[in-house]
Amino acid sequence: MTDLSYVRTEMLPEQAPPPTEVGVLGWLKENLFSTWYYSLLTFVALGFIYLVLAAIIPWMISPTWHAGSLDECRDILADMGRQGRFSGACWGVIRDRWVQMLFGFYPNTLFWRPILAFVLLGVALMPVLFGEYVPKRMVWFTALYPFIMPWLLWGGSVWTPLMVLAGFPIAYLIYKPVAAAAGTLTAVIVATVAAIVWWLFLAGPVSDGIQAILPLGLEPVVSRNFGGFMLSITIGVTAIAVSLPLGICLALGRKSDLLIVKSLSVGFIEFIRGVPLITLLFVASTLLNIFLPPGTDFDIILRVIIMATLFASAYIAEVVRGGLAGLPKGQYEGADSLGFDYWQAQRLIIMPQALKISIPGIVGVFIGLFKDTTLVSIIGLMDPLGLSNAIRADAAWNGIIWELYGFIALLFWIFCFGMSRYSMWLERKLETGHR
Amino acid sequence: MTTFTDPSRESFRLSMLLYDTRYRSTTIQIVALIAFLTLVGWLVSNTAHNLADLGKEPSFGFLFEPSSYDINQTLIEYTSRSPHIRAAFVGLLNTLLVAAMGCALATVIGVIVGVLRLSKNWLIAKIMAVYIEVVRNVPVLLWIVLSMAIMIEILPQPSAFRGDNPEATMKLFDSVALTNRGIYIPEPLFSRSLGNIHLFGQSALNFDVSLDLIAIIAVLVAGFYVAHRIKLRADRIQEATGERPVTWYLSLGVIVVPLVVLLVALGANFGYPELKGFNFRGGTHLRNSLIALWLALSIYTATYIAEIVRAGILAISHGQTEAAAALGLRSHRIMSLVILPQALRVIIPPLISQYLNLTKNSSLAIAVGYMDITGTLMGITLNQTGRELETVMLGMLIYLTISLSISAVMNWYNKRVKLVER
Repeated sequence: MTDLSYVRTEMLPEQAPPPTEVGVLGWLKENLFSTWYYSLLTFVALGFIYLVLAAIIPWMISPTWHAGSLDECRDILADMGRQGRFSGACWGVIRDRWVQMLFGFYPNTLFWRPILAFVLLGVALMPVLFGEYVPKRMVWFTALYPFIMPWLLWGGSVWTPLMVLAGFPIAYLIYKPVAAAAGTLTAVIVATVAAIVWWLFLAGPVSDGIQAILPLGLEPVVSRNFGGFMLSITIGVTAIAVSLPLGICLALGRKSDLLIVKSLSVGFIEFIRGVPLITLLFVASTLLNIFLPPGTDFDIILRVIIMATLFASAYIAEVVRGGLAGLPKGQYEGADSLGFDYWQAQRLIIMPQALKISIPGIVGVFIGLFKDTTLVSIIGLMDPLGLSNAIRADAAWNGIIWELYGFIALLFWIFCFGMSRYSMWLERKLETGHR
Repeated sequence: MTTFTDPSRESFRLSMLLYDTRYRSTTIQIVALIAFLTLVGWLVSNTAHNLADLGKEPSFGFLFEPSSYDINQTLIEYTSRSPHIRAAFVGLLNTLLVAAMGCALATVIGVIVGVLRLSKNWLIAKIMAVYIEVVRNVPVLLWIVLSMAIMIEILPQPSAFRGDNPEATMKLFDSVALTNRGIYIPEPLFSRSLGNIHLFGQSALNFDVSLDLIAIIAVLVAGFYVAHRIKLRADRIQEATGERPVTWYLSLGVIVVPLVVLLVALGANFGYPELKGFNFRGGTHLRNSLIALWLALSIYTATYIAEIVRAGILAISHGQTEAAAALGLRSHRIMSLVILPQALRVIIPPLISQYLNLTKNSSLAIAVGYMDITGTLMGITLNQTGRELETVMLGMLIYLTISLSISAVMNWYNKRVKLVER
């Protein structure tokens, strides 16, 4: 027992792991070449990537920026010894038409207006999207923005949006004394009725009157001239902004105990979700004038926005309903036990949590809606796809495919991908760790 | 001891309609109902007034007048003398055709992409992620018009196939011709055909169903049923003795042999497309518009299905895989016996709603001129008859029926597979 020389008495020094298990090699082995089967897949994938890039990159490098037609592009490429249909891109079409793709037929001299409107849109969205990084007071600008945007885009008298805006102070001025005299609920009803009367019957004549005395305004632009991405963003943003509150109301209606409210909500939601958007756009373009009083002929863009809003709100209602269903029953009971009434409970306890759960779904609906704005090309509006048809019908650019659709796809992709990344960021930020 | 804390009965006051929670809900409902009825009444009276001004009576009589337009892709017999309702029916069948083809292809692509997205191979997973993010963030209408443009501009004209040294050749052993007028594929022919069965007599919706097709389907169904019985028997033997009899050749036999016998008896052969004059003759002609719509809808919807499949697989807790591995199952048996049956419960409801979306998106066919229900009833029929109200309403009703039937199937399935919790 004394001389067991093979028993170690000291620790061995730590050895470096084998080089194939760590670092770049280790990563490659782990992720790309773990078995013969995965190695094969990796080579197939590499070959695929090579084929795609070898087709696209030489095609993209093509000095055709200044070409004025597809034939000119082909001549330029032929001079360089590049023959055939896929020898190079024809970027001239983008240089020639990108302004049109962005603004449609909006008058050139007035481009500052949509640009300003969309820059201000960014500012107005700041408090909504990144609330904690900007001053609280910017919310006031956000509240004013819905009145600024249509005025900037369509132009016309400055008094019209101001008079519409005046409905709110008027309602408040009426609310104050009535609330003192007859209680809050009556006051709310009276003030709402007063505001509606103002908007429907008085705001128009009053603004016309002031305009006659003190003409202030921007040169009007008719809806026919709207087009390109400006049109997509206008329809998309408006419909998104209006459909969210509407959708929440519909979801609450569907969850409500009141039988009539509930069945109306269910009927509306199921009807809208059961038909394709294009049929609703047909309603907007052909039927809405039949449904409204004789002689009303209101703007086609507005009609489309209304339909897109109704469409999106039904989908949002279903998403929010999912969020409401995902809340444990204890939250409702907790709100009741604190003595909250229905609206207090919804505002302070239920909605913040339900909306948080439904963020991915809501953003998904928004992305879908923004993509669906391309459907307006079918009823004859000049959105990017409608314009692309017109450009491809032009003799100079007849036969162009990839450059044009690639450009449109890229712009849509940037918006939609950005929205989906934002929703993931928001989800992470609001994640409180317990479900 | 008696307490006298009950409030004395108040007499009813008008303000209680607003302030008393017992009556308020009734008030709200009545107000909502009145508002709704007023709105409906207002719309109906406007409509009646407007239609009277235009001199139109709402009626569906136009549906039975001759349509006087042609439809290039039809599943049933149709001429321009057929009534509008038959045109609508042709459109409906076309909608269902592209929807069914789209659902099948989208499911195949979606499942493959969804599973590969979870691959341990980093490169494959990334390629699938790029495919999903690129395709789903671009409008489906753009994919549809892009596919159509590619079909028209890039595929060769039929004349390119002519001559001794043609620019283009037919693919797959000279059986498939890809041209810019569409794709020609071989059509199945039966030299000893059983004939057709004529349904719905002389009505506007009459159509023929091939008895050969019915016979083939019947034989297939019977074959699968017998194969299923064989599997059940194998299960029983395995439970009783622990040994599972080898049955795959039996199962294959009961499916394949009767089918082959039937096909030989019917004299099945293929009619190949051939270039004659300026165009191909023979074979089945799939129009560009159908192919473009089908491919675009499939690759677009497949991205959503891929995400659903991925989420479904991820939703199964890792413990299930580990437990199955501990039982000694191999990885593909783990997938097919443990993970997939549980994942399907999560996958199928959103999958069906994607099928529904695809069906509704097929209405974009009108952008490429595929004659679905939107193109016939709400397109040409609307323009020819000027019956906006009737056609659009009827079209919406048809879509609503399709959607609600699919929802009903989904609800039935959800109820059936609902976990019975303890």
